[in-house]
Amino acid sequence: MDYFAKRIIPCLDVKNGRVVKGVNFVGLKDAGDPVEIAKRYNEEGADEIAFLDITASHEGRGTIVEIVEKVAREVFIPLTVGGGIRTLEDIYRLLNVGCDKVSINSPAIANPHFIDESSKRFGSQCIVVAIDVKRTNDRWNVFINGGRIDTGIDAINWAKEAADRGAGEILLTSMDCDGAKNGYDLSITSQISSLLDIPVIASGGAGTMEHIKDAFTSGADAALAASIFHFKEIEIMALKHYLKRQGIAVRL
Amino acid sequence: MIGLIDYNMGNLRSVTNAFEKLGTRIEIVKDASHVEGYDKIILPGVGAFKDAMACLKEREMDEAVKAFAATKKPLLGICLGMQLLFEASTEFGKTQGLGLIEGEVVKFDTTRFSQHLKVPHMGWNELEVVRDTPLFKGMAPRFYLYFVHSFHVQCDEKYQIGKTTYGYTFASAVQKENIYGFQPHPEKSHENGLAILKNFVEL
Repeated sequence: MDYFAKRIIPCLDVKNGRVVKGVNFVGLKDAGDPVEIAKRYNEEGADEIAFLDITASHEGRGTIVEIVEKVAREVFIPLTVGGGIRTLEDIYRLLNVGCDKVSINSPAIANPHFIDESSKRFGSQCIVVAIDVKRTNDRWNVFINGGRIDTGIDAINWAKEAADRGAGEILLTSMDCDGAKNGYDLSITSQISSLLDIPVIASGGAGTMEHIKDAFTSGADAALAASIFHFKEIEIMALKHYLKRQGIAVRL
Repeated sequence: MIGLIDYNMGNLRSVTNAFEKLGTRIEIVKDASHVEGYDKIILPGVGAFKDAMACLKEREMDEAVKAFAATKKPLLGICLGMQLLFEASTEFGKTQGLGLIEGEVVKFDTTRFSQHLKVPHMGWNELEVVRDTPLFKGMAPRFYLYFVHSFHVQCDEKYQIGKTTYGYTFASAVQKENIYGFQPHPEKSHENGLAILKNFVEL
């Protein structure tokens, strides 16, 4: 019997110190204070918490460090931060306040060597490479800059390269599915999960408990979602009980 | 007072945060000559075994930790800090460890796995109590903790206090007299982890 648990990761999109949530990367709604929400998720049974800093201005960047520092004093589960991480110094500042992992998106595409450098310096376990993908026919392209720019790079090849360069995990977001609540993109999730020896976090599209179960049966090691948890459409503990009944190992 | 060994391997903040949450004072120890003055010490660690041993030696922490262990005061190694308590690791050739507990640190042997699983073993898994010890006071017979590692300890069953299954069963918690080691991260393991640390405070 295997007890290794599939992980449920609520994600907080943080802008200028507040949690926001949009649909298809646009149209943001205020969803509250990140520290309070992180504490709530922790009490409700989240396995990790992810923060995605979507603050546009450079001046606003420091706020995510302060938020994580506050959360880490109260919340004793792994914390991941993404958004705006470009340098080893950015990573160091976050890890130093109690963050456990960072996710790197566009800067990894711009400079793939950053994955090698950061994983050598801090260990693969704390380097997550975030990949935003969009489907065109039978191919998925990697998009950057919050989904605005098509790099033309094949997502499967890029995921493989990121893993080879030392990424400890892949955070795979389908931009076609994100915010639509019609389920994760199971095809690309399954292809990348079966190809790689590192964990894959499915992201974008969760609307029901069944969608999350489907992500796990498609090979994802963890499922990330934002709005369904923020707006209490799905309660984490109820979700975990459902998954357990479906034969999926979860931490209860 | 509890001392947390700082040898420049990984961040200590999560550990200090956890003890602060428990209302216990903990100090970061950078100077090897101060180690002996503490009632208990914690050897943390994230990263590679070889680098960690080099950092410990550079700060003369290796001898200080060994001398502390000999006083019979409680010592807790976490994750890489647990692995360092053993004689050697096969990570990048063979590197000598502190040798406080007989045994070796080896990479997960995926050829022995009962199913396809990813390495590192990263996430929540169950620790099954195999021997009662004060650190498990008030705990269930098996409970979830957070793991992040690619190597694990191989040692005599007499030192195993907890075991975990990932592909196969390995020693996830050990004890030899006053020396304790946990492969998972209690400081990142929610209430179960805090309960173990509280039990360590109360030893």
